Amino acid sequence: MTTNSLTTSQGAGRAGDKVFSGATLAAGCLILAVLFGVALFLVIQAIPALVAPPADIQGGHGFFAYIGPIVVGTLIAAVIAIVIATPVAIGVALFISHYAPRKLASGLGYVVDLLAAIPSVVYGAWGAAFLAPQISPAYGWLASNMGWLPIFQGPASATGKTILTASIVLSVMVLPIITSLSREIFLQTPKLHEEAALALGATRWEMIKMAVLPFGRPGIVSAIMLGLGRALGETMAVALVLSSGVLTASLIQTGNQTIAAEIALNFPEASGLKVSTLIAAGLVLFVITLGVNMIARWIISRHKEFSGAN
Amino acid sequence: MTVTAPVARKRSALTKGQLPAFAPYVVLAVALVLGAAILALIGFNAFGWGLVSAILFAIGLVGWSAAVEGGRKASDKLATCLIVGSFLVALLPLISVIWTVLVNGIPGIITPGFLTTSMNGVTGSLDNKSVDEGTKVLGGIYHALLGTVQITLLATVISVPVGLLTAIYLVEYGNDRALARAITFFVDVMTGIPSIVAGLFSAAFFFAVVGPGTKTGAVAAVALSVLMIPVVVRSSEEMLKIVPNELREAAYALGVRKWRTILKVVIPTAISGIASGVTLAIARVIGETAPILVTAGFATTINNNVFGGWMASLPTFIYTQILNPTSPSNPDPSSQRAWGAALVLIILVMLLNLGARLIARIFAPKAGR
Repeated sequence: MTTNSLTTSQGAGRAGDKVFSGATLAAGCLILAVLFGVALFLVIQAIPALVAPPADIQGGHGFFAYIGPIVVGTLIAAVIAIVIATPVAIGVALFISHYAPRKLASGLGYVVDLLAAIPSVVYGAWGAAFLAPQISPAYGWLASNMGWLPIFQGPASATGKTILTASIVLSVMVLPIITSLSREIFLQTPKLHEEAALALGATRWEMIKMAVLPFGRPGIVSAIMLGLGRALGETMAVALVLSSGVLTASLIQTGNQTIAAEIALNFPEASGLKVSTLIAAGLVLFVITLGVNMIARWIISRHKEFSGAN
Repeated sequence: MTVTAPVARKRSALTKGQLPAFAPYVVLAVALVLGAAILALIGFNAFGWGLVSAILFAIGLVGWSAAVEGGRKASDKLATCLIVGSFLVALLPLISVIWTVLVNGIPGIITPGFLTTSMNGVTGSLDNKSVDEGTKVLGGIYHALLGTVQITLLATVISVPVGLLTAIYLVEYGNDRALARAITFFVDVMTGIPSIVAGLFSAAFFFAVVGPGTKTGAVAAVALSVLMIPVVVRSSEEMLKIVPNELREAAYALGVRKWRTILKVVIPTAISGIASGVTLAIARVIGETAPILVTAGFATTINNNVFGGWMASLPTFIYTQILNPTSPSNPDPSSQRAWGAALVLIILVMLLNLGARLIARIFAPKAGR
């Protein structure tokens, strides 16, 4: 009977604390459970395709013969998109962080962010209806003048609906991602480094080369990796733009396919084993993007520890 | 000769070896004229004119600079040209997309009944008739608009409590524990899940729990939540972090319980940022196509029940109208409807983005006097 009013608090208040902290903890755990569930349910639904006799899978040579070419197609499309987008994105990021007038900079950043706001299906429609017909003469020129390169082997597609067009649309979609992350990192460059370079007589470009880019390199690499993750998983741009087909080396003929587009085009009408096959394909895509994203996050987190010293 | 020498020496030694301030404008004018001349020879078009002029401008300015100022200044000029050029290149697709959608979408959107009718009963023969006789294109996006609103609302109702509570856990209770760090890491990983994989997850989950082939609006809403939760967590976390600690300490000092402090002090302070983050998250998922495609099926009729039956949405409406026109022989009415829907979708997304900025500004905590 030694209770006093200081050690016993009102039951309602304490219960409220417990309930509330419990709810927040539960929400956090739910997120972990969902991510675990994503992996688990994909695996469960994919198993029938992995154990089915090879002849039953589309193509008749088993799951890995089916998924192999479209994994390669996915990688080709994503890598071309990144190769196109990266130099432009770094240029735009430098323009907004170091070249544009201060007052305009945030407004221009918002304009580039608008690119990210446009829905992917609209990009797909734009790529199919506007870009592909506009670009197909260029493919004809490439086929007749550079046709000795396997990637530009003719005859070029007359509609322009090729993997290269799809990659160009993808590069527009990943551009704002790489730009916004690189811009953030460029703006964090220590002012003293920049001013020291300028005081020693460096031109603006030399200052960027000596102070901004070396500081931003890990950030740029991780931004590229995140853009790659986005390009690998992007569906609509490819599904609407590309007339798919078997794996071909030429970028300007119809052909090739990506995992995401393969799922989108076939899943709505699929049933039975085909559903399992497509879910297994989704699992492969999940694993690839997960790996790419984890590497990107790892680079960022490693960089955080270093930049703490500045 | 002795008279002109002092005039030439008027330029200070400090500005010697520099291009005059008007140099870029002169080079630009020359490049535009030359570009027009070259394009006139091979067939004029605006895009080619811009491209050729830009290349000529860069060559001219860098060459002149190399002759007068030397290599270092010239490479600086080259870098400036490339960086400004890359910004202009990035604007091209934005302008082109918006222009294409406006030009193609306005005929669709001004057709009477486009926003208020569904595709119920609109068949290929009706489309053929409207092309042959030149009458108005029948059918509209009412069912898709309704589906998008319902699916997105349900996804928001699922995502906001989970995302906000997780953010509160990370900021207020996490204390950098292993669990908090794991959640932060996996939320980052979740941000990178391809949207179609989120759709497949939701489909696989409902196939396993409810039964094979389950496709309803609710399945799509779960798929969108998977994409939306990490965005909500991230933005709310940032906003909760910038609430000053003094406010919390002041509340604790008055004997207020932690949960009441969070509900009455921390969240009201951060509410503008949280609300704008949620609006941006809605803007992100409202345009998602792939997850809805694999989870909600296609419907041409109005469906008011999120938990039963296939459901249309704006993005999937655009997708199906382009890929499988209602009348395969006359795809024009379908593409008119698709572009009209695309215009409505872009307007929705832009309004949400604008709304997020307005919310952030209007409900921002009042700064001290």
